[in-house]
Amino acid sequence: MKLGAGGWGLGTGGSGLGARDSGLRIRLTAAVLALVLLVSAPDARRAVAARTVESGHAPTRIISLVPSATEMLFAIGAGPRVVAVSSYDRYPPEVDRLPRVGALVDPDVERILSLRPDLVIAYSSQTDFLAQLERARIPVYLYRHGSLADITRGMRDLGSRVDLAAEAGAAAARIDSGLADIRIRLAGKRRPRTMLVIGREPQSLRAIHVSGGYGFLHDLLDLAGGDNLFADVKRESMMVATETILARAPEVIIELHYSDTASREAEALERKAWRLLPGVPAVKNGRIYLLYGGELVVPGPRVVLTAQAFARALHPDVLPHQEAVRVIPQDGLLDRK
Amino acid sequence: MTDVRRRLAVSMLVFGSLAFLAVIGAPLLGTTPIRLARVFDRSIPFADNVDAQIFFIARLPRALAGALVGATLAAAGVVFQALLRNPLATPFTLGVSAGAALGAMLAITMRLHLSLWGVSAVTAASFIGSLCAVGIVYAMARARHHGFSTNILLLAGVTLNSFFSALILFVQYLADSAEALRTMRWLMGDLDVAGYGPLLAALPLCIVAFVAFAWLPRALNLLSLDTDAAASRGVNVLRVQRVAFFSASMATGAAVSLGGPIGFIGIIIPHLVRLMVGADHRIVLPASALVGAAFLVAADVVARTAMAPVELPVGIITALIGGPFFLWLLVRQR
Repeated sequence: MKLGAGGWGLGTGGSGLGARDSGLRIRLTAAVLALVLLVSAPDARRAVAARTVESGHAPTRIISLVPSATEMLFAIGAGPRVVAVSSYDRYPPEVDRLPRVGALVDPDVERILSLRPDLVIAYSSQTDFLAQLERARIPVYLYRHGSLADITRGMRDLGSRVDLAAEAGAAAARIDSGLADIRIRLAGKRRPRTMLVIGREPQSLRAIHVSGGYGFLHDLLDLAGGDNLFADVKRESMMVATETILARAPEVIIELHYSDTASREAEALERKAWRLLPGVPAVKNGRIYLLYGGELVVPGPRVVLTAQAFARALHPDVLPHQEAVRVIPQDGLLDRK
Repeated sequence: MTDVRRRLAVSMLVFGSLAFLAVIGAPLLGTTPIRLARVFDRSIPFADNVDAQIFFIARLPRALAGALVGATLAAAGVVFQALLRNPLATPFTLGVSAGAALGAMLAITMRLHLSLWGVSAVTAASFIGSLCAVGIVYAMARARHHGFSTNILLLAGVTLNSFFSALILFVQYLADSAEALRTMRWLMGDLDVAGYGPLLAALPLCIVAFVAFAWLPRALNLLSLDTDAAASRGVNVLRVQRVAFFSASMATGAAVSLGGPIGFIGIIIPHLVRLMVGADHRIVLPASALVGAAFLVAADVVARTAMAPVELPVGIITALIGGPFFLWLLVRQR
């Protein structure tokens, strides 16, 4: 799952407090650092945004530290110009041959400079790193995650930055029409109350994190014909108590698992964990869907596949669903186990 | 002697009722209104009775887990403070919680998908991690001395704590962002155990530890003053130290694997109780356990209601309530 620095910084801050007694002082320092990063981010953004306008020519040596932006570059035909990617990039397969130069918290500045990029795609919260790039006079494109609409908007914007506006426009239009197709097919269908679980402790119902009513996952769920159980909480991710789940009684539970594969036994065990809450309609009616694949949560060109996977789970009468849906990146088709 | 008995009886009655009220009251409080008559209505099948499910599946195990973890950490805090003769000692000082945290981190990042009797791999790994820390610290304390040096115990513990913290950061750094977030969340503590399995797994160890605690207070009274004086008064110092160290460490390991490293309880509750009942361990130890239970149960009620439906980490609540309250107590006492 991609998380902006916001999630990181806040998380670290909280744990710093929690671990205070246990003497994990270093964590507190990390929290303070993260907060400083957060606070000082807007200024850097402004400075860099002003500078990116100056460099006019189309970049030919691009380094992307943002996996979803990498996917976009390849989708619009800028793939051959990418010279390095982040340590979290997994798609498309071509990235396996490219050097890895760190990620959000650990960009390898020396390596990045030695590759002589003429465009670096980074997160706006990487202030120190951005300052270093500025000193080296390397143009920067700042990427921000947000809602579903931000994905195609960001793609068009990125396209014009790398001088492939037409290609980006076409690719974005393909995504828009793919999403529109799902929306049209599900128009007028009853929308089940759905809980979208984005993480929990394996084989138990502890530390259940769900999607709140903000972010592209919430938007995708909405588009795929489900009413998010926690739409009223304007957060991307939140932890909920079992009591809340019992009280709100979801009709469908969709769970995202980031591993690409799972044995049938492992899947059955994960499903079994929900039996602790037999009164929840989704548990009672066996409407728990486990979706596997890290790509499900990349806010990039493959969101249509995620939307399809959600739609299959929510409306099996319209789009048939079987045990596990797996998104196969190579051919872009949905494969059912 | 009779005076101590009387004071013990009074404090047990007062703090016992406090803990009892907390455990009984907590399941009745929450953001979802439930009707008690409906909770205990046997004519409605359990599967259809949401009120009963909220009471028995969600709230009661949480209250019990809070009581167990709170009592254990507070009592272990008292024992460690006496054993190390250091008022700043906590159950986490000797690296038990850092070991537990490292175990949990490894289980999360290695994606161990195992479970036994409702106990997840994360819980089991954190307990194993705490045992490793206890073993290492004990071996260190034994290595240079024939006996058992509390100074070396303290130094080894603090060093191990830092070392494990560094390993935790290292593991977290290598983990991908989703896992890193989960590991951080674990460090903030969580009592939503969802069922009685994890509770039953931790209970036997805590019971054994509390039996040991019941045997300790008189010796701790002498020990916390001076080991030589204690020895001259017929205390088998080495044995007492060993029992105190292992029982408090095991109990802490069990509590941390159940609820995460929830801070502040192990230090604030013992001091708070001492301010109220004096320094006699015969009273401080059981009273701390009861007050610790009541406090953590109450803090957890705040954690699950303050920002509902968003769940707050209980470790943050204990620190936010505990810190200022403790400071206020210090100022007021003077």
